[in-house]
Amino acid sequence: MNRNRVDSIFIILFRISGFLAVIILFGIFFMLVFNGIWAFKEVSLTEFFTSSSWSPSAYDKPEYGILSMVASSILVTFLAMLIAVPIGVGAAAYLVEFASTKVASILKPAIEMLAAIPSVTIGFLGIVLVGPFLAKLFGSSNGLNALNGAILLAVMALPTIISISEDAMYAVPKTYKEASLALGANRWETLVKVIIPSGSSGIIAAIMLGMGRVIGETMAVLMATGNALAMPKGIFSSVQPLTATIAIEMGEVPYNTIHYYSLFALGVILFLITLVINVLADIITQRFKVK
Amino acid sequence: MKQFWIFIVLCCLGCQKRNIKTIVVRGSDTEVNLVLMLAESYMSTHPDVSIAVTGGGSGTGIAALINKKTDIANSSRAFKPIEIKLAKERNVDVTPIIFAVDALSFIVNESSVIDSLSLTQAQEIYTGKITNWSIIGGKDQEISLYGRQSNSGTYSFIQEHILKGDYSLHMKQMNGTSQIIENIKNDVAGIGYVGIGYIINEGGQVIDGIKVLKIYTDNQHKAITPVNSDNIHNGTYPIVRPLYQYLDGKPTDELKNFIVYELSAEGQKIISKNGYFPITEANKTINNKCL
Repeated sequence: MNRNRVDSIFIILFRISGFLAVIILFGIFFMLVFNGIWAFKEVSLTEFFTSSSWSPSAYDKPEYGILSMVASSILVTFLAMLIAVPIGVGAAAYLVEFASTKVASILKPAIEMLAAIPSVTIGFLGIVLVGPFLAKLFGSSNGLNALNGAILLAVMALPTIISISEDAMYAVPKTYKEASLALGANRWETLVKVIIPSGSSGIIAAIMLGMGRVIGETMAVLMATGNALAMPKGIFSSVQPLTATIAIEMGEVPYNTIHYYSLFALGVILFLITLVINVLADIITQRFKVK
Repeated sequence: MKQFWIFIVLCCLGCQKRNIKTIVVRGSDTEVNLVLMLAESYMSTHPDVSIAVTGGGSGTGIAALINKKTDIANSSRAFKPIEIKLAKERNVDVTPIIFAVDALSFIVNESSVIDSLSLTQAQEIYTGKITNWSIIGGKDQEISLYGRQSNSGTYSFIQEHILKGDYSLHMKQMNGTSQIIENIKNDVAGIGYVGIGYIINEGGQVIDGIKVLKIYTDNQHKAITPVNSDNIHNGTYPIVRPLYQYLDGKPTDELKNFIVYELSAEGQKIISKNGYFPITEANKTINNKCL
């Protein structure tokens, strides 16, 4: 076979693999939309978006309102980011600026390994470790609440946040740092006033990607947040985020019923939320690269 | 490499020759351990039969039977009319067998001062009308509700027979019965509902860490405990339910042998040993029609 032909065959093969991702992405999106749209034959848009009562297996009349689940998702994600961002950015700053090569060579693989822990395992820790600990600490009768889920999700977001913001800080030109130190600033001032602001777009992208991971996570929140469908009153309420609802109810729902279609509609909402976060992260990263 | 393939082929031939028959059992979380015990005991005397028992909830088992994905659907609730209709459309001839009797029990933490509950109180607690233990004579603590997810037969049974309405949105929906028990052990303000087999150990005693509530109906003045089997047999304990195994049509061959074994004196002995109760004469009459 001549080499041109080999080349062209491989180009086609690789092109297919490249486009496959796009095809799958759109395939999933349209599958969700086409199934989800049927839910609105019986469920009104106002009920779906503004009611906080989700009870498909109600005694009298089933209700399909997503408000409390969306609120739960946002609450848990926000709390998780509140915990993960300071720790993640701090860890990245330490790795870039202060850690000796030897320490960094141990820490970096360890952080990457954190990403490899299955979410079921982390959820399990939430039940047997974090939950009882929170209950004792705050004097509540149980620890299955939004805070528990947020702590677990923060742990899961850390590897993403640390490794990407580390890259961002590492990419800040050495001359900036040298100039700052030459002007008499100490290392702390250099870090906070020069390196972090210069790498900010990369750090923000890291945070957004971490957030995308957090909002789509299912297993850990399902196990640790208590799964109560009421509107969350605070960080100690038991909550049930969107992902948990889909995971719990999909297994038992009879196919082609309103309940089945509404779960797809939930999937569309979740897809759109993560899509927006990822696109934003991407836009910010692009800006960061051009710089 | 060649030897490896020969080995694989021989293995396949070996399997075919021995001709192991497999029975798939799916469904109720209340029944899963019990049926596993029955299956293990049956398989020990019938090495040519393999019985695979998994849980997931009654709803999961029923959906699997309708979708022809299981031989036996364990269910702690009866088929709903809509499910029977769905099954008929898909040419599944739903055949019920009652193989054991369960006493649904309400449990609280062992440190609770509450000993008994009326059915009305149970209803008001789970619908969210009563939210503090002090209203029914307990400590001034907010009640922490534990229940199952909507694919659970126990969830549906309580909703239909006790609540006659909707669950409180504050109820924490647990994945399985064991999870409810583990949480009640730690939650001093918790209440949960479970099948009796889960809270009785091999010695016939209630497991540590929890208290089983006595139940009284409105016209009874004495609260009745489910732990004493006499109360089940003479019908004084008010929340007794049959445990079903649903089949597609009348059973034949090995499937029939297994069902007959479950209903035999030996099978019923295993059922009693696991904390559940043997079937009644009335149950037997229904079963005989379906065998």
